[in-house]
Amino acid sequence: MKELICFLCPNGCTLTITRDQPEFTVTGQKCKRGREFAINEATNPTRTLCTTVKTNFTEMPVLPVRSARAIPKNHIFDVMAAINQVVVTEVLCCGAPVITNVLDLGIDIIATASMEATR
Amino acid sequence: MKQTDVIVIGGGPAGLSAALAAHRAGAQTLLIEREPRLGGILKQCIHDGFGLVRFSEALTGPEYADRDINAFKQTGIEALTTTFVSRIKKTANGFTLTAVNETGVITIAARSLVLATGCRERTARQVFIHGTRPAGIFTAGTAQHYINLLGQMPTKKCVILGSGDIGLIMARRLTLEGATVLGVYEAKPTPSGLTRNIYQCLHDFDIPLHLSKTVTRVYGEERLTAVEVCAVDENMQPISGTREKIACDSLILSVGLIPENELAESLGVALDPRTKGPICNAALMTSVDGVFSCGNALHVNDLVDFVSESGDLAGTFAANYRPKPRSEITLKTDANFAYLVPQRLDLNDDLKTIVYFRSQQILKNCVVIVKVDEQEVFRKNYSHLRPPEMERLEVDFSRLNLTSNTILSFEMEVS
Repeated sequence: MKELICFLCPNGCTLTITRDQPEFTVTGQKCKRGREFAINEATNPTRTLCTTVKTNFTEMPVLPVRSARAIPKNHIFDVMAAINQVVVTEVLCCGAPVITNVLDLGIDIIATASMEATR
Repeated sequence: MKQTDVIVIGGGPAGLSAALAAHRAGAQTLLIEREPRLGGILKQCIHDGFGLVRFSEALTGPEYADRDINAFKQTGIEALTTTFVSRIKKTANGFTLTAVNETGVITIAARSLVLATGCRERTARQVFIHGTRPAGIFTAGTAQHYINLLGQMPTKKCVILGSGDIGLIMARRLTLEGATVLGVYEAKPTPSGLTRNIYQCLHDFDIPLHLSKTVTRVYGEERLTAVEVCAVDENMQPISGTREKIACDSLILSVGLIPENELAESLGVALDPRTKGPICNAALMTSVDGVFSCGNALHVNDLVDFVSESGDLAGTFAANYRPKPRSEITLKTDANFAYLVPQRLDLNDDLKTIVYFRSQQILKNCVVIVKVDEQEVFRKNYSHLRPPEMERLEVDFSRLNLTSNTILSFEMEVS
């Protein structure tokens, strides 16, 4: 049995998950998303990665970015390294891809702010 | 002199919502922001989790701000950016505001004001850390500004004091960017930040959280070289024999936020010692007629969604404001409440009220009861209340025949 905190919403339910072969038993969730969260945490935990990428614009030296979807937790530092290789040279809008299909994970890294706002 | 109906001071989420609401209510509105870009502190809060209540999705801070900024720009509301308000004077018909920007000194008259000035971080001097004054002691928000807006790393190896949400978020952010976070120290026996942030910012990265321990001294001449940590008892007094010296180049502080109310105080607005923000009625009007408060200037929120909500309320009421007599009663609370906003209710206003509160301690299975002259009129059960998690209630007082002699009290029944 393992105890964990669901962070899908501000409720922050305290969940317990037990592996009862072949199924999982999850308790403590206030909504149905809690069960899915606990099973994902036990089998393939994923996280949305939020960071910044360098630009060559002095008025906005870094641009905030995130993974368009959650990436496997064990790839977080590899993806960070890939993002840190990139320098943005064009003006991008919020939502524009900065890296497509990062490390062949099938997930894009997208801008989360508009650079036009700085002009 | 330039003339307008409503002036909103502050272009963060509260100010943007207030300006949008005032405009929607038909008022000629002007927003003043001291930074070059709108969005306030959200610009540097690049992590996700914003907007879960308002938009039902987990946005990053800049994405959340982007939605309000786009809506704002579509309305054509005038915004003065890189403009600093230096003085406000009350006049017979409203207010005269003096501000400074690249064009020089400007004065503007308005009928009502919305103060959406946000909050500030407590600093090292406010938590009584002694020793030398080396470089390398930052608030978490300053470290966040360096990394997320300037792209500069302020530390390679650090200790974080305080388990507030920004400190937890920065523990993760610094680790992602290659710094070593040796530990988060919290003087209180329970964390100050949201549980989900403890989980995804500390547990995910094996960053230790030391409860009932604090930083007692800093070392270093030019740059910080070490900090001394020490266990504390329940009265926050150091326990002898527990001192430990930890080598690090930075100390990052996440020891609380205080509403920013310098302008409010200059107008004579009365502040609540519990929230450190203005005492307001349900229209979010302060003790000074025509001055409204919202967002983190009113009280420190944990979710931006409620910051926006209070901005929306304050903006609407500021737009509809006309001088009228007040008949206010106080919302009394028992000792289980850390605070409750609004603190007052104007019986001449609409009495459908949104109430925000925090509990003083962690409570399980309790009931919040509203009483009118000792008679229960409302109750709500809570499986748990935690001080870091603000609660929101909607209470309709309009059918209760309240008078200026009514005693209106909020109580908690703890089983």
